[in-house]
Amino acid sequence: MSSSNPSLIKGDRWSLPVGVEETLPAEAKRIEGLRRKVLDLLASWGYDLVMPPLMEYLDSLLTGAGHGLEIETFKLTDQMSGRMMGVRADMTPQVARIDAHYLHNDGANRLCYLGPVLRTRPDCLGCSRVPLQLGAELFGVKSYRADIEIVELLVETLHNIGLENLHVDLGHMGIFQALAAVEDLDTATQDQIVEVISRRARDDVAQLCQSLGLSIEASELFVLMTVSSGEVDSLPRVVEKFSAASEEVKAAVKNLSRIASRLKQHMPATRLYYDLAELKGKSYHNGLVFSVYAQGSGRAIAKGGRYDDIGIDFGRARAATGFSLDLRAVSGLIKQSDRDVTSSNMTICVPDDDDPVLFDMVRQLRLDGNRVIYCYDKEGADKDCDNAANLVRKDGNWIVQ
Amino acid sequence: MTDSLTIALSKGRILDETLPLLAAAGIEPLDNPRISRKLIFATNQSHIRLVIIRAADVPTFVEFGAADLGVSGKDVLMEHDGDLFELLDLGIARCRLMVAEPAEMAANDNPANWSRLRIATKYVHITRRFFATKGVQTEIIKLYGSMELAPLVGLADRIVDLVDTGNTLKANNLVEVEHIADISSWLVGNTASMKLKHELMQSTVAAIAAVLDEK
Repeated sequence: MSSSNPSLIKGDRWSLPVGVEETLPAEAKRIEGLRRKVLDLLASWGYDLVMPPLMEYLDSLLTGAGHGLEIETFKLTDQMSGRMMGVRADMTPQVARIDAHYLHNDGANRLCYLGPVLRTRPDCLGCSRVPLQLGAELFGVKSYRADIEIVELLVETLHNIGLENLHVDLGHMGIFQALAAVEDLDTATQDQIVEVISRRARDDVAQLCQSLGLSIEASELFVLMTVSSGEVDSLPRVVEKFSAASEEVKAAVKNLSRIASRLKQHMPATRLYYDLAELKGKSYHNGLVFSVYAQGSGRAIAKGGRYDDIGIDFGRARAATGFSLDLRAVSGLIKQSDRDVTSSNMTICVPDDDDPVLFDMVRQLRLDGNRVIYCYDKEGADKDCDNAANLVRKDGNWIVQ
Repeated sequence: MTDSLTIALSKGRILDETLPLLAAAGIEPLDNPRISRKLIFATNQSHIRLVIIRAADVPTFVEFGAADLGVSGKDVLMEHDGDLFELLDLGIARCRLMVAEPAEMAANDNPANWSRLRIATKYVHITRRFFATKGVQTEIIKLYGSMELAPLVGLADRIVDLVDTGNTLKANNLVEVEHIADISSWLVGNTASMKLKHELMQSTVAAIAAVLDEK
């Protein structure tokens, strides 16, 4: 019988798919603690929690979200309708649909969400395929003030989680998009240029622009984007370098510069940088984009940006900006010493006894917020009972000792 | 915050040609990596260290952030196809990545008519991508060396490999039929290090770039 085969029991019965993990009690408790803290914070900024479905029809799941998301999405057939469904790989488009389709006000909507998403392939080397996505989105505000609010909220969220010494990186998709429009580049060509700029391969950018037959002015601006990065204090000088560019390009650079200087005033302790070559965001971004880096992580820990008009496919073009992060990955970066390991509640161990008075007392102790567990002697003592208080009978009364 | 920098290099041609570049940029290992069996080397700059690893592992170390900078052949980078910054073309260890086939086959062969090819290579990923963009179906046989032997013994009809002088091809009666890419070694950087250690990374890259400009 295979079930009694010891090699199978010892073998891979326990194994999980690549990039899928189990969260054990200590970790689960920590993440849940963070979840509560963060949702409270988001609520205090006016962001209402929504819970989009885990899966839905592929058509609506991928609307307006681009090809990248389609590759990342697990697909399955709905036995009820025969239609193709997808498991969400990113909740942002879902939340955008909620804003565009269900919430009818034309003013600002502030929404947040937290839940697992599923990715066909891990985002990066050693990353999870089931990230715990936390995000906040601000809809209906075109002003750059919305971008500032979202970046500040992200930094506040990460501080709240317990991460300090953050590095915030700002970019602007509008610069590239305006340049591409001037040169009338098709999508495939744009992808090619984005790919080399994202690799920061300056020599390749120049070479590619030449082989594509772009104007010298455009080539120079693409190379300039590739090498333009640094502290935001130097952004005004970058604005000057773009003086020869079209009005739309200049407007995007100025927009970035204005947001950056305002953020600098508001968050003097945060390291603020710009990087005009940061184009590898979601394909739906079309304004300010940002990512946050922290010590101990070889990649960005949170990302976001503006993605106006994504809701148009659901009937309403809406201004939108927001961020998202993987709460589980971020919680893993918190220093061991800063982790909240001790429980504030007392653990009380109760003997296995049929006294009805004891039963009522246990109930009351639990209502009072204590952690009360029965110790079934014959089954072996609970590990938690070693250092816990005990409920014992003294002179006919039960007392905690 | 005192930033430190780890640079990943691989033994052989890349090491031989990179060390003089680094020395000219003011970074010199205290021991000679060509002789020592150590894997980590301190340098004259106390905050910079070198690690010596296998060539194919350099992009992995850099992408993960185990090394901040690395020197890697473009062939290895194209095959790895990961998320890292390619900061400088160092112009060293130059060669080219080619499709080659037996000379007698080439006499009557037209690449425009290729349909289903059996190709031996160690660059599985690059080969698949290259022929896919040409719309040519391929059956790829992964080998770890002596690619030139494959067509001679009927294992494959063509190979994809690096060609430097072309002498090995000639000695085995093979000819180059398609050019895939020009190869040289690049300075690559971890994306997060490029942000978190911006000043240190930029100044190191700039120092190396200055050496290249003088050449």
